[in-house]
Amino acid sequence: MYDVVVIGAGSTGCAVARELGRYKLSVCVIDKESDVCEGTTKANSAIVHAGFDAVPGTLKARLNVRGSRLMPQLSKELDFAFENNGALVLCFDKEQIPGLEELARRGAENGVEGVRVISGDEARALEPALTDEVAAALYAPTSGIVCPFEMTLALAENALANGVEFRLSTRVTGISRSGNGYTVSTDRGDIEAKIVVNAAGVYADRIHAMVSKTPMTIIPRRGEYMLLDKEAGGLVKHTVFQQPTKMGKGILVTPTVHGNLLLGPTAEDIDDKENTATTRSGLSEVKAKASLSVKGIPFGKQITGFTGLRAVGSTGDFIIGIPEDAPCFIDAAGIESPGLSSAPAIGEYVCELIGGIIALEPDPGFVAERKGIVHFAALSAEEQNELIKKDPAYGTVVCRCETVTEGEIRDAIDRPLGATTLDGVKRRTRAGMGRCQAGFCSPRTIALIAEKLGIGLLDVRKNGVYESEVSGDA
Amino acid sequence: MREFDLVVVGGGPAGMAAAIAAKEQGTDSILILERDDRLGGILNQCIHNGFGLHTFKEELTGPEYAERYSDRVKELGIPYELGTMVLDISKDKEITLVSRKRGAETVKAKAVILAMGCRERPRGALGIPGFRPQGVYTAGTAQKLVNCEGVVPGREVVILGSGDIGLIMARRMTLEGAKVRAVVELMPYSSGLKRNIVQCLDDYGIPLMLSHTVVDIKGKEKLEGVYVAAVDEKNVPVPGTEEYFPCDTLLLSCGLIPENELSKTAGVKLSPVTGGPCVDESLETSIEGVFACGNVLHVHDLVDFVSEESVRAGINAAGYIKGRPSSPGTPVEVSPGFGVRYTVPSKLYCESVEDGVHIRFRVTGVFKGASITVTSGGRELFRRRGRIFVPSEMLDIVLKKELLAGVTEGIEVRIEEAAL
Repeated sequence: MYDVVVIGAGSTGCAVARELGRYKLSVCVIDKESDVCEGTTKANSAIVHAGFDAVPGTLKARLNVRGSRLMPQLSKELDFAFENNGALVLCFDKEQIPGLEELARRGAENGVEGVRVISGDEARALEPALTDEVAAALYAPTSGIVCPFEMTLALAENALANGVEFRLSTRVTGISRSGNGYTVSTDRGDIEAKIVVNAAGVYADRIHAMVSKTPMTIIPRRGEYMLLDKEAGGLVKHTVFQQPTKMGKGILVTPTVHGNLLLGPTAEDIDDKENTATTRSGLSEVKAKASLSVKGIPFGKQITGFTGLRAVGSTGDFIIGIPEDAPCFIDAAGIESPGLSSAPAIGEYVCELIGGIIALEPDPGFVAERKGIVHFAALSAEEQNELIKKDPAYGTVVCRCETVTEGEIRDAIDRPLGATTLDGVKRRTRAGMGRCQAGFCSPRTIALIAEKLGIGLLDVRKNGVYESEVSGDA
Repeated sequence: MREFDLVVVGGGPAGMAAAIAAKEQGTDSILILERDDRLGGILNQCIHNGFGLHTFKEELTGPEYAERYSDRVKELGIPYELGTMVLDISKDKEITLVSRKRGAETVKAKAVILAMGCRERPRGALGIPGFRPQGVYTAGTAQKLVNCEGVVPGREVVILGSGDIGLIMARRMTLEGAKVRAVVELMPYSSGLKRNIVQCLDDYGIPLMLSHTVVDIKGKEKLEGVYVAAVDEKNVPVPGTEEYFPCDTLLLSCGLIPENELSKTAGVKLSPVTGGPCVDESLETSIEGVFACGNVLHVHDLVDFVSEESVRAGINAAGYIKGRPSSPGTPVEVSPGFGVRYTVPSKLYCESVEDGVHIRFRVTGVFKGASITVTSGGRELFRRRGRIFVPSEMLDIVLKKELLAGVTEGIEVRIEEAAL
């Protein structure tokens, strides 16, 4: 019997797990995928929003602002990439300026610092690639960018180090009340828990319906993106939004923490919770709308396109709380934008709710820091040499586009909660994330995974769940 | 810091031929840097035959062709370091590299030959819509898996793009027992060599669908099939022509990109058309003492032409090291005219041409019974009629030194279509 079972190992579930790791609790995180960060978390804009967009008084407003304030420190503690690059929200018509002023007022009310409306020329002075059509902009200096994979992996690894268990490749099939808690049935057996946290992303409504009759609908809102080569990454420094609509924050143009240029997303409500396909029309829309904001985008430098599904709740706000008919069951649902930004604060908040059910006794052994995989390319020549002396695997560059060494890939595979798939290695090390998109490095990466898992080369998966249990340390 | 007269970046066919030529010209202090664990580059995975017809007048496999050169490298005692990745080249020809044996290190060179080859255009760069499942590979990656790792990635195959590697892999996968359902080509003509279409598709009854493309990829985790549609004259898919091909493997042979990330770190000027460095007749880039040859310069169809070009780069680098006077006079631009995509070289110091200068280029479409003409300032320098010119075959003409006498204005290479 666990004290807490968290369903879903995305940014929300892992942030909750990391917070729970502070206390003397037995905690288990379950996910149907073979890795953390496989759902909404792996395909989004990777923005740490300043918090001016959410309606004051909502959970979104409170948790976004809190989350974005926690992020710089958290990124240092857990060793993941975060950059405070600032954001601009553009309008193309003077008549829209009151809309920007309204956002600035909201920002002030939400407690966001430094948000102000600037003229089109001031905006172009900050960001010379903006189009001449930009009439004015909202400037939000506290906005940032983050690597969602690293962030989520960091939260998960730190949780694991503090005693949280992870059961991946484990699909929840039902939940029933038992005694003073729940039995979570999965395709790999039953798990007993006093408290269940529902952080199941686009599937949160189905998990919710297993225990509660209160209505909840999560609509997958498809967002398509284009990722451009690092050569294009310097086109803008700030995250460039367009004035938001009810369907979201519009098409943005932003550098990523790794120096690529990201464009997107579209916004389309769909039924299929698995439909992460890109479409011709979606990518055309991204191109057309991104070109309204920024001139000279070298679309020919596209290295990949991808689609994410935002988990859009029916209330317009995050749905975090205990349903009236399901004690000891906590929803953390409807975590659409600004979900990634809010994750650290959602972790704290869910932890508070748990504290209202059972006593939270701090664990004196809690370790707040986590060390990530070393990024060989970022080291000085002296540091590189020291590393190679210790482990010659760091002297072999496997991924030439991103300069990722065999040492880093081995670490990604060997460390606790290590990668078991090509995509898992990619998210941890960036091997295969560059301009050749794993053309050259994948045979070697496949061989390293096969060696670790003791399987044939052809059995190594790009993503998804192995039929037999191979995820080692989890 | 180790210092060399010549550092050759890349130990494939281009790098080896260049290094051998430089050594034969008397340059002794040479270092070849190769990222793989053997010399030969991509030839090592090209186990089919058809290499060497021009160079050796015999038909060799890729590894055999590579071995002729690697044997010569060893015979001449040219030093090479394997498993060595170059991370940066500065404009002062300081080269930062890393290897297991020597760690991270910076070496200095008097001259550098860029011979890094090219890479394949991946699915993401093509913008093919659909899911991103397992089972989508570039043709060269699949070739490596089959020929070097001994694993066949699938049983039912569709190939998008009719580049030579795609055609070769259509046959290779068939020989390995897979069913190749179709080779799908966006353009109305193949981008591969005629002989490969005959020997790799026709001989095995594999259909080549010209003016078609893949419009959707199905299967979230593992590839289940692709939709193929016809395209109109603007290469836009025609609605209603979609046809579903179940398959577990999609191979992409949609173009090769010269791999010039290192050239960029050095500040070498690149051509927006070829993606390779802009060079003069000595294959010297915009940086003095930095030369380029092979697929890093422009993508070749035949390795024999890579070798020939690389010999020239090696000889010229050796000349530079010996203190060859800088190119005399002012250069003239060599530019592509009608029907020509690009030319290599793109500038010419006419006075430094010895016997003649090779001009290599590709045409922009299929031309039957047309002529190649070369003019300068209204004067025709060269004309050659051909039965057919196609984009898949690199054209090579030699302008004799005497033709270039008195040329001071820009040189244009163009295609003149046959009168109807």
